[in-house]
Formats: sequence, C-alpha cells, structure tokens
Amino acid sequence: MTPDFLNTIEVILNGLMTGVMYSLVALGFVLIFKASGIFNYAQGVMALFAALTLVGFQTGQIPFAHLVNQIFGTQVHHWGSGMNNLIAILLTILVMILFAWLVEKLVLQHLVNQEPIILFMATIGLAFFMEGVGDLMWGADLKTLDVGIPSGGSFWWEDVTRTWVSEGYEYYGMYIDLLDVWAAGIAVLLVTILTLFSQYTKTGRALRAVADDHQAALTVGISLRSIWVIVWSIAGVVALVAGIMWGSKSGVQFSLSLIALKALPVLILGGFTSIPGAIIGGLIIGVGEKLFEFWVGPLIGGATENWFAYVLALFFLMFRPQGLFGERIIERV
Amino acid sequence: MFYRESGDFKTSYLQDQQIFPILQDRVFVAVVIAFAFLVVPFLINDYWEKSVLLPVLIWSLAAIGLNILTGYCGQVSLGTGGFMAVGAYASYKFTTAFPELNLFIVVLLSGGVTAMVGILFGLPSLRIKGFYLAVATLASQFFLVWLFNKVPWFYNYSASGQINAPERLIAGIAITGPNAPPWATYLFCLIFVVVFALVAKNLTRGRFGRSWMAIRDMDIAAEIIGVAPLKAKLSAFCISSFYIGIAGALFFLVYLGAVEPTEAFGIDKSFLVLFMIIIGGLGSILGSFIGAAFMFLMPVLIKNILVNGVGWSPDIVAHLILMIVGGLIMFFLIVEPHGLAQLWRVAKEKLRLWPFPH
Repeated sequence: MTPDFLNTIEVILNGLMTGVMYSLVALGFVLIFKASGIFNYAQGVMALFAALTLVGFQTGQIPFAHLVNQIFGTQVHHWGSGMNNLIAILLTILVMILFAWLVEKLVLQHLVNQEPIILFMATIGLAFFMEGVGDLMWGADLKTLDVGIPSGGSFWWEDVTRTWVSEGYEYYGMYIDLLDVWAAGIAVLLVTILTLFSQYTKTGRALRAVADDHQAALTVGISLRSIWVIVWSIAGVVALVAGIMWGSKSGVQFSLSLIALKALPVLILGGFTSIPGAIIGGLIIGVGEKLFEFWVGPLIGGATENWFAYVLALFFLMFRPQGLFGERIIERV
Repeated sequence: MFYRESGDFKTSYLQDQQIFPILQDRVFVAVVIAFAFLVVPFLINDYWEKSVLLPVLIWSLAAIGLNILTGYCGQVSLGTGGFMAVGAYASYKFTTAFPELNLFIVVLLSGGVTAMVGILFGLPSLRIKGFYLAVATLASQFFLVWLFNKVPWFYNYSASGQINAPERLIAGIAITGPNAPPWATYLFCLIFVVVFALVAKNLTRGRFGRSWMAIRDMDIAAEIIGVAPLKAKLSAFCISSFYIGIAGALFFLVYLGAVEPTEAFGIDKSFLVLFMIIIGGLGSILGSFIGAAFMFLMPVLIKNILVNGVGWSPDIVAHLILMIVGGLIMFFLIVEPHGLAQLWRVAKEKLRLWPFPH
C-alpha cells in the first residue's frame, strides 16, 4: 500500500472518531426531541456546564466564588483538595438531574402547546442563561479535565500500520488518539444502554409512548411532566459524557458549547427522531469533513471544516427533508 | 376618550390607508422624526454617536430585515451575520472600485447584492421549513464568513485580511473615515433607517406582507387559497437580505470603519438580531426598533452601572449579562411571546377606552 493510500485511511479513521464525538452530542438532542418535540439548542451548553461542574467538584472549587468574593469582599476559592473522580461524577449527575427538574418546572411547564419554533428559541435563551451561570459558578478560565481516560497516540497501532506500507516507501505509521478510541467505545456502550433502557424497562416504554403521541400517553396515565424530567435528566447525563470526552480532548472552555452547532447538521442527516441516525449521521459528517479538508481543502484555502457539514446537510435536505432515518413528514391543513 | 379614531368612519381612500389612523400617533411620529432630524444633530457628540445612536439605528435596520423574514414570513434564519458580511464586503468593493460613486448609491447597491445572495440561500426554504431551515441558514452564515476570510479578492489583497473604510465625501462632508463629524454619520444612517422603516411598514401592510403572513400562519393553507409560496418566500428572503445588507454596509462603512469578518459578523451577531426581534416583537416594525434599542442598550447600561458605578470586575458583569439576556428571552417567550411591541398594543387598546373602560 502506498503512503498516500494509508494517509487517506488515516484521515477516514480520524473522521470516524470525530464523528463519534459529534454523535455523542447529537444523541442528547434526539432523546429530548423524541420525547417532547423540543429541539434543545442548549445541549452543547449542557455539555459545557456538566464538564465545568465536574472539574469544579474534582478540584474542590466553591460555586460562585468569584461572585461572592466580588460582593462581600471575601477571598474564598476552594473548600478542600477536591474529591474522588467517581464521587465527583455522581454528584455532577445529581446536579444535572436537579437542572432537568428546574428546567421543567420553570420553563417547559409554561411553554406547553407552544409552537416548536418558540420552544426552540426558548432553549436558545436557556443556552445563554446556562452559559452565564456556568461561568459565574466556576469561572470562565480554560480548565483541564482528567478522569483517567488514556489519551495520546497509540504506539501499538503505529507499529502495526508501519508494516503495511509497500516496499520502497517511507512511512511512519498511523496516528490514532487513544481518547478517541475510548470515546467510540463509550458511545457504543451508551447507545446500547439507552436502547435496552427504552426497550425493556417500564419507564422506557413510557418514554416511547410519549414520543409516539402525547395525548394518547396522557390518557393511559403517563405523567408527561415526570417523563420530561426523566428525559432531560438522561440528556443531562449524555451531555456529561460528551462533556467529559470533549473536555478531556480539548479542555473545558467556552468553545465546547459550540459543538452544539456542529451537531445540528448531524441531526439533519440522521433524522431528528432516530438514535442510530444520530450515530450514522455523525460518522458521515465526521468522515465527510475530514476527507473534504484532506482532498479539497488545500486547493481552496483550508479551514473548510467550519462550513462543510452545514453545506452537506443543506444539499441533503433538498432531497430528503426528513433525514436518513427520520419519520416521513406528513402535513395536513 | 381622546386617543381614538372617531368610530370606524372613513370618508376617503386616503384616510382608509393611513399608517397611523390616530391623530396623536401622527403628531407623535412627526415630532420624533423632526426631533431626530432637526435637534439631535446639534446635540450629538462622539460618545453618543458611537456608543448609542449609530449602533441602535443600524441594528434596528437589521432587525427590521430579519423581522420581515422571521416575524412576517415565518422563516427562521440564523444567517444574519453572514448576510451583513455580504453587505459590508459589497460596499467595500464598490467604494474602492468606484471611488467617485455616491455613498448612498454604494449602500443601496450593496443591499442589492445581498438581496441576490439572500435569494440564493433562500432557495432551500422552498423544500424545508422550521428549524431544518434554521440549520440550512447556518450554512450561509459559516460559508460566507469563511469565503470573506479566504478569498483575497474580497479584501483587495490587504496584508491583514481586514477591510478598512476609505474616506468618502457627500457634498464635501466626510461620511466615512476617521474625520467624519458625528452629525453627518448620524444623519446618513438616520435617512436610511427612516426611509426603509416606512417602506417596510408599507410593504407589510400591502400585498407582499399579506402573502408573507399567510405563509407564516399556515403555508399549505396559503398555497391552497392562491398564495404562491415560491414568490412569497423568495421575496421575503430578497427584501429581508436587502435590509440586512444595508445594515451590514452601514455597520462597516460608518460605524466600525474597519472589519475582520469572523469577529464582526460571527454567529453571535445572528443570534443577537434574532433576540432583538423576539424581545421586540415578531411581526412588528415598531418592535424591531424597541428590540434593537433594548438588546443593545441594556448590556451597556448594566455594564455602566456595575463596572463603573459599583466597581465590579468586567468579566463577572459580562457573565451576568449573559444570564440576564438568556433569562429575559425565556421570560418573554413565556409571559409575552409577542414581545415588547405587544405591551404597546395592549396599552393602546386601554387608551382607546379610557376613561370609560366598560
């Protein structure tokens, strides 16, 4: 195999890994959209917020320390040396559940029966609000997140691939980030758990019922409100996973919330209502944008990753507005 | 008792077609416009021009543009920043290629160019709607900004990749560039805003506006009663982009003077304008003004009070503002989905009945 060919394979592999990361975010969107018909723009900020909270717990920061110091003139920052990873993660999950409950109580409950686009805009407001809260609570500086997931290149893979090259070429082996591999594994695990949960548990069945038909679900005695809290909690946990992965990869910072924007074309490709769609859409976008950047990018000035996903989604929409796996859109007057 | 049309009794078509059927409204608007044209230019100074009046005027124009598309025609767009960038770069290319061209014409031409681009990116709206469309417009946002970053022709091969507004005169008075007097730039923008606000108001009352609103309220039903969706949607994209392009041109030429696309026309600008029309009122020209003023001035006010008054550190205040903006969006969507303009409408109803409310 020639190095060019191997390079292309490397690009595709990395694209797949990036795609998995997009899928992690897209998954949270799909969950909420299926259960409540709300397109939750705040998913990316939820990932940021979860990651910030996790780092805060790990390092033992005091929430709102900056604000408190500013108002009362005190000098508090930390309450101790921090806590164990596992406890911190569990506490963060609790925070996300509390957040889900608050969102339902304060926002969603009052917006029942509004048009989808109004709800969408409300979640944009929510995104801004949470970004402000997250920054005020834990500070806006760039933080490193380490929960013990290995990262860096895999030497084993480099050694293996080095032997693939044909005679007479020089080749240094493929680079693949261990963190990405872990992310892919965790994403698979997450999807499996979610699928099992929604297929084989009572709550899961209720979730699917609500997704099918709100009114019918209400008539058989499913509480919409508690279902929404559950769904937002699950989405919060998914956001935490995405936050941990992205945070370990590129640090916990504001730009984390922008991956929500990248998840939108993923959703359009995969369809808003399909969990496998979110995964496959993510993979297509990931591979597509990496390959485009690799082949066409140098010809037209690079940095095409900024827009390629959206333009791809745009053309895709022209032919299949409901996405690859989405339910067919039927409209009536 | 006083604030009312006397019955619903119109004796001429002229009366029937008035924008402001109530005498007090007419007087009030006339006074405001006269004040803006005749008094403000004598009072204005550099601070008021750069920090308050110019941005509010320009954002109002952009908000009217987006309101035509989103508020009247119901097509949510997140590409406002990109379209403003088109207006800015078009005006730059026009004014550097034809230095003699009158600035009014430059700005109008850039609006026209943006309108063309808007139609192009509006084409998907014929197939898709709702937030699918919102995502599709994100493509225009990111693609256009990338384009202006990467293709040197747009910034005339300047080394920094920035574009700078050259000095241009109208009747011997500088409008752009560092030497432009505050009153001249202010009047220049004001003329555009007043003229195009009137045009927009009339457009939305007329045939176009009605077809847009029919599409917004239910596109299939509108199609059945004979509104052509192609014409209505594309005209909304065209006119909306025209406004946004003019706003972008003014934003660059008169207000900022030097522009770097990712910074000046990023996705945050798209959201800002969207918030303006949500808070001001979807489907209301008055709301566009109120929303633009509110969304631009509220952060400035909070910052002034907390940073300069109380002495808090600027980054904490910046986060606080984010919280307040986000909270306000949700608050308005819950309590008053029709925005601040609706408050005025309600007050007007009350005034009509006053002092005999029953």
